[in-house]
Amino acid sequence: MKKIKIKENIKLYGKYASVCTQSVMEYKLSFALMLIARFLIAFCELIAIKFLFSGFTQLKGYTYGDVLLCFAIIQMSFTFAELFGNGFKTFSGMVRSGGFDRVMLRPRSLVFQVVASRFEVGRTGPLFTAIITLALGIRHSQIDWNPMTVWTFAAMIVGGTLLFIGLFVLEASFCFFSIEDTSLINVLTYGAKSHGKYPIDIYGKGILRFCTYVIPYTLIQYYPLQFLLGKSDDWYLAFYPLGIVVFLTVCGFVWRFGVRRYKSCGS
Amino acid sequence: MKKYYSFFKLRFATGLQYRMASVTALTTQLIWGLMECLLYKAVAEATDGRIPMDYSSIVTYIWLKESLYVLFNTWAMDNDLFAMITSGDIAYELCRPLSVYSMWFSRMTGARISEAFLRCIPVTVCAFLMPKPYRMTLPVNGAAFLFFLLTLFLALGITITFCMLVYMLCLFTVSPQGWRMVLTGAVEFLSGNVIPLPFFPKKYLFLVELSPFAYMQNVPFRIYSGDLAGAAMYPYIIKQVIWLAALMSAGIVIWKLAEKRIVVQGG
Repeated sequence: MKKIKIKENIKLYGKYASVCTQSVMEYKLSFALMLIARFLIAFCELIAIKFLFSGFTQLKGYTYGDVLLCFAIIQMSFTFAELFGNGFKTFSGMVRSGGFDRVMLRPRSLVFQVVASRFEVGRTGPLFTAIITLALGIRHSQIDWNPMTVWTFAAMIVGGTLLFIGLFVLEASFCFFSIEDTSLINVLTYGAKSHGKYPIDIYGKGILRFCTYVIPYTLIQYYPLQFLLGKSDDWYLAFYPLGIVVFLTVCGFVWRFGVRRYKSCGS
Repeated sequence: MKKYYSFFKLRFATGLQYRMASVTALTTQLIWGLMECLLYKAVAEATDGRIPMDYSSIVTYIWLKESLYVLFNTWAMDNDLFAMITSGDIAYELCRPLSVYSMWFSRMTGARISEAFLRCIPVTVCAFLMPKPYRMTLPVNGAAFLFFLLTLFLALGITITFCMLVYMLCLFTVSPQGWRMVLTGAVEFLSGNVIPLPFFPKKYLFLVELSPFAYMQNVPFRIYSGDLAGAAMYPYIIKQVIWLAALMSAGIVIWKLAEKRIVVQGG
């Protein structure tokens, strides 16, 4: 019984995604330009790293290739999170317009509908940059690719995606408690995307602590990165990204708590 | 009495809303600035002394960038103007016995200066209160400050005339958002918003300095921070004046062309 429902949901998700894509494709030039623009913006960041590295070879022990890998991983995580979690990101609009009331009336789970209804292909622009960066990063760094490092690499990306989605969920949940601007959370998402392209420890001990105990960025970046780059032999570091599940659960509780308090404000 | 009290309460609440927004913006900018300061500290350590800009100049550059963000931000264009172009309300603008170019130009300048004025005070105060290596410094001398003000206005002029060109472009295409993103993304990088221009390798810097983008925020911020001083300053100021004149005349010419072919549909 339950299995059928999952199958059905996947089918429905595909339908939502194709409808969203079709509506974007009505404006092909605009779509292409958006894609190019997002690619270019991310690409400029890559060039910025290259320019900075023209003055030195190692930044606190990290080589150019190491930083590129780190940048590629964060960029990929963020792009996937935006692609699949865009519904949470634009959730405040849904609350304000009263669209969430309609969502609540439908016989499907809330999270599913919020996520599926705002699938945006145009968000994939930075992915091209991330792939280029990844190729460059792999070429420049001396990683010994074996099943363990491949797992670490994949876990970092998946973990990062989930972390950013969790932050988007938190951002969305704030709409239940306050009608005010939630842009403070943007610091945690966009801030992590743009500053997280460097391994966190270059910012010093204080930031490293904040990024471990307040928002667990280090679980998907600093610690597994140490293992991936061969700076540490502790195999358990490769499994730190699994810790994101705990974070996601907390975010899920906040969301549930918020939904229970929800009062419509739309028309 | 009760009526007046409720009016008071209403205004007070509205004011508070905005204050909340500005507290959010302030926090965002402080965190952003601080993270950049920390990054360049690591960079300064890595280059050991051969850094293209003094560390204290970089810190001041970063804080100026954060506090005067609104002046040079090409993202935040006047959405009313875009709406006017796409909705056809531009017809009303054409009816006025005024030059549309000058009207829009002054409108943008006013909006930017007033917003920047409100925003820069708290950021600057905080930047001067930062712990030592991350503290913003005063300009080297009075003359430098005067040159800073002069070039700041010239740079603002260049930024706005460039934005005007983007508006003009929108009169020729139906999908302005995409073009806008491509152009503003490129400008952000080329004007030294991602990394300060002195960090560009020589041959690329040469190319950027042939474009108007090197004469936007780059010049005033570097004069204030003492990176650009003495005779080296004058060619930059002269080029600023030339670019301002060139972009403005280009804008006016394009407007004349566009004016002839504007078709207002519906109303």
